[in-house]
Amino acid sequence: MAREMMFAEAIAVAITEEMQRDPSVVFYGQNMAMTDRDPFVRKFGKDRVRITPISETAEMGIAIGAAMNGLRPVVELYMAEFMLVAFDEVINEAPRLRYMSGGQVKVPCVFKAGFGFAAGWAGQHSNCTYHAMMGIPGLKVAVPSTSADAMGLMRAAIRDDNPVVYLHHYMLTIDKGPVPEGDHIVPFGVADIKREGTDVTIVATAWMVKKSLAAAEQLAKEGISAEVVDPRTLAPLDVDTIVESVKKTGRLVLVDQAPRHASAAAVIAGEVAEHGFEYLKAPMKMVTGLNTSVPYSEPMESYVLPSEEKIVSAVKSVLARHAAAV
Amino acid sequence: MGASSELSNDKLKWMYTQMSRIREFEERVKRTFVEHPGVIRGHAHLGDGAEASIVGSLATRHENDLVMPSYRCHGYPLVLGTSAKAVMAEIYQRKTGVCKGFGGSMHLADPAHHLPTASGIIGQGIAHAAGAAYAAQVKKTGQVVYSFFGDGSSKQGAFYETLNMAAVWKLPVVFVLENNEYQAYTHIKLEDANAIAGDPLSQKAEAFSIPGVTVDGTDPLKVYDAVNEAAERARSGKGPSLVESKFYRFSPHGNAITVPPVPTQFQEHEAIEVYGNKAEFAAAQANDPIKKFRAHLIGTGVLTEADAKKIDDSVRAEMDEVVKFALESPLPAPEDALNYVYA
Ligand SMILES: Cc1ncc(C[n+]2csc(CCOP(=O)(O)OP(=O)(O)O)c2C)c(N)n1
Ligand SMILES: [Mg+2]
Repeated sequence: MAREMMFAEAIAVAITEEMQRDPSVVFYGQNMAMTDRDPFVRKFGKDRVRITPISETAEMGIAIGAAMNGLRPVVELYMAEFMLVAFDEVINEAPRLRYMSGGQVKVPCVFKAGFGFAAGWAGQHSNCTYHAMMGIPGLKVAVPSTSADAMGLMRAAIRDDNPVVYLHHYMLTIDKGPVPEGDHIVPFGVADIKREGTDVTIVATAWMVKKSLAAAEQLAKEGISAEVVDPRTLAPLDVDTIVESVKKTGRLVLVDQAPRHASAAAVIAGEVAEHGFEYLKAPMKMVTGLNTSVPYSEPMESYVLPSEEKIVSAVKSVLARHAAAV
Repeated sequence: MGASSELSNDKLKWMYTQMSRIREFEERVKRTFVEHPGVIRGHAHLGDGAEASIVGSLATRHENDLVMPSYRCHGYPLVLGTSAKAVMAEIYQRKTGVCKGFGGSMHLADPAHHLPTASGIIGQGIAHAAGAAYAAQVKKTGQVVYSFFGDGSSKQGAFYETLNMAAVWKLPVVFVLENNEYQAYTHIKLEDANAIAGDPLSQKAEAFSIPGVTVDGTDPLKVYDAVNEAAERARSGKGPSLVESKFYRFSPHGNAITVPPVPTQFQEHEAIEVYGNKAEFAAAQANDPIKKFRAHLIGTGVLTEADAKKIDDSVRAEMDEVVKFALESPLPAPEDALNYVYA
């Protein structure tokens, strides 16, 4: 049995249910738990649910300390860019401590943040920063694209004994989708085939999955069968499923909202180049953000970001190159 | 008596006019969400309620002094001489905007009028202001830099790091902490240790052994006196000061955050929306800085009622033109986006 849930609601339900299941889970951040009417405060009280000042270094650093002393903090950071003022905590503290202690400590915490808000938020609030985190050993990175994955990955993130950056795409916030009943968990490092196809593999995450599925629908009308693969977590990254898909289709388009060299797509392309080169019937193609900051004005913003049309034409070009080669 | 007692009638009239311009401009921004949905994107933050604080501060400037506001930045360029049309056009995404449509409401910049940039990330502009002051010190330009940031921003690491360094280096910078009692939806009593203890936020200055004063930010003359003293101190090489300017923002934090195509507008102030505190909001409104200053100027004979009305009418007429200009201006071309990535 599945129920319909908004993306954001699925995340909130996962946090609520994990807090019910495990009293060591705490939840705090800015601009939340402001009054006693707050649903989390009502359920769990003010020890476990707290409001913080605008102090990201302390917010995340405190989570790390609390995690080493028995809590499982979930920190609400709102926008992924706000982590940047305290990036030491994210990439040079949380993931390093277990390793440097020779395996003696664990840092189970979740840094939750929205990202990629391509809705006129301009240069400092619209970005994708996962590329900077996905290569940090010890750190896990989740990027759900559906309500079901949002819920299942949040559950897995909270139960994980490692620091997890959980990134939910702002443009998906109110999208509805089915969510399985019960203790639905999505394990980290398992990609999902969001649409089966035979002619071309499209690898995308988060909002780009939605755009890629729309592109695949358009392509289907023209008789082109695209398979859409969503890694769901960037660290760990399920290279096998991606390579398997490429083995089947022989062609690959990688879609990523970030600028090319700051994209997860570039990393995935490298993996396929090493592990799936012999299956490629044509050079792969990346559809990414252009090499600019994100501009405010709509015509410029649309221009720099991947779109359904850009994905469709990239697919056609990898198919055309094959046709030319045979 | 503070230095404000020396202000000429012309300057006082100028101050009232600038305060009115800010208020009317922000009203127009707010109305745009209703009258022209979609014309303003993202998140816009208004300065209504801050007029006395902004104008009282900026009235102390010398010609080349720099101003670095936070993302709540519409008011400052209007006072500094940036064309209001270019500011509105920016907020309306237009090519004719002061940043050509690249920055929007949160990132107004007009270095030609002494406003280098505004950062959307909390606290970071405080350091940029100190940096500009360092340049002024090294190059002996005589400039003072005015740094404006919110009460909430004073909880960011950049605030503490910068104030210490500015004190050590004796930088010519004035830190104006705009205490409007809220950081977004959070009341200051929930997040500031000084406020919770019943102490002024200016007490933070003691940690850096620099002067810290709290001033009624709804009275432009009191703001003028406090900021003027801080600016003169900075100009004479004695280093930075912290001025806590207390006022209330009349609009909510920003327009409601929605995912397109869901339309967005300004809703009720958080005092009411979040905390159900109508009395707090009503008390703040009864203490409207513009109404108070208008009455003061009429009471002291600087303006007649007719003079004041003339100013009010001319400000409204100006803003009619501003909106018209911004609406009629062209959007940037898509490929303009490729410009300005590198110098
Ligand atoms: C580092 C960082 N964290 C969080 C935010 C989100 N944010 C934007 S405005 C704001 C409130 C700021 O309040 P305050 O400093 O009091 O200024 P005001 O809006 O009241 O003028 C917050 C939390 C941000 N922009 N940057
Ligand atoms: Mg504030």
